[in-house]
Amino acid sequence: MMDVLDTIERWRGERQRIALATVVGVERSAPRDPGAVLAVNERGEVAGSVSGGCVEGAVYEEAQDAIATGRPRLVTYGISDAEAAEHGLTCGGTIHVFVERLDW
Amino acid sequence: MRSLFERLAANLRGDRPAALATCIDGTGAGAKLLVDDDGTDGDLGSPGLNHAVQAEARALLDLGETAIRTFGADGEPVGVEVKVFIESFAPKPNMYVFGAIDFSRAMAKIGKYLGYRVTVVDARPIFATKRRIPDADEVVVAWPDEFLREAPVNARTVLVVLTHDVKFDVPLLQVALQTEAGYIGAMGSRRTHANRIAALREAGIGDGDLARISAPIGLDIGARTPEETAISIAAEIVALRSGRAGGRLREGTAPVHGSERSIAQPAPLQEVTL
Repeated sequence: MMDVLDTIERWRGERQRIALATVVGVERSAPRDPGAVLAVNERGEVAGSVSGGCVEGAVYEEAQDAIATGRPRLVTYGISDAEAAEHGLTCGGTIHVFVERLDW
Repeated sequence: MRSLFERLAANLRGDRPAALATCIDGTGAGAKLLVDDDGTDGDLGSPGLNHAVQAEARALLDLGETAIRTFGADGEPVGVEVKVFIESFAPKPNMYVFGAIDFSRAMAKIGKYLGYRVTVVDARPIFATKRRIPDADEVVVAWPDEFLREAPVNARTVLVVLTHDVKFDVPLLQVALQTEAGYIGAMGSRRTHANRIAALREAGIGDGDLARISAPIGLDIGARTPEETAISIAAEIVALRSGRAGGRLREGTAPVHGSERSIAQPAPLQEVTL
């Protein structure tokens, strides 16, 4: 969170709606630990990361949807996922990411 | 009224401990409870749940750990209805560097880079100056052992002893071994360390305690310069923290990122048993 705090505060100052995607759990080998955050604003700007770049694209889509709908969701990415070929982590791990609009 | 985010941000900026609990599943997903030194804010949906999560959050915060916990709908500890992600925002761990030499300047820099609050300690006022060690959060003129007797130390604390002079090192290491510091590294050649060990044994320190000292300090990367040496020491600190031997990844077969780590960085150091 600390790495994206400046950016989030700037976006809040600009009255941008923001979504946060937070790694809440990892299994086996994963590049970022729980607590890693990717922040997205309604202009589509991005700060931070939840993986080594493997799933950022998919998380970005979820974040945009969360900004639009306000609906939080828990999404899982990993080798065991049916979408592994599309959005999987190449390192073989699984990550659970909670995506929410920053309404709090 | 100040939002939950603003209160969290203020704690982060002030380096004050805080934990943020978020329901991540079910109808209450997104509900939050913030726990800090001033109390709590937010609502997870029931008083019982708020109470239970608050207690759990404070326990995790003390350890600097981040985890998912499950509770019953009203906070029953055996329940599974509610899944809560509890993130600890613990203050930076301390790195104490003893001896204000060229190596300390490089060590302070890399210590900051790794997320430590770095204090450099030396008894000599001519050497222990902010000008010589600009990256240190604090430069203290004090006898190392006297400083450490009073300084806060927990399992996340790192002690880097660069004085490599038996008359300073021995009293300092005696104090260090009474703390629960996660890393105690001492610079010096194998001969210097043999002399230190002999003196510490004479002072009544047992083999179990002596094994906690990382000396000669650092990983074997052929470091010569202060910068290279600081990298070697930093790498040893990270390796011990994550329970790794510190060799080349290409020589091994274990997963690169380790197994199911749920602890936010910088993680608590493991007990060192060599």
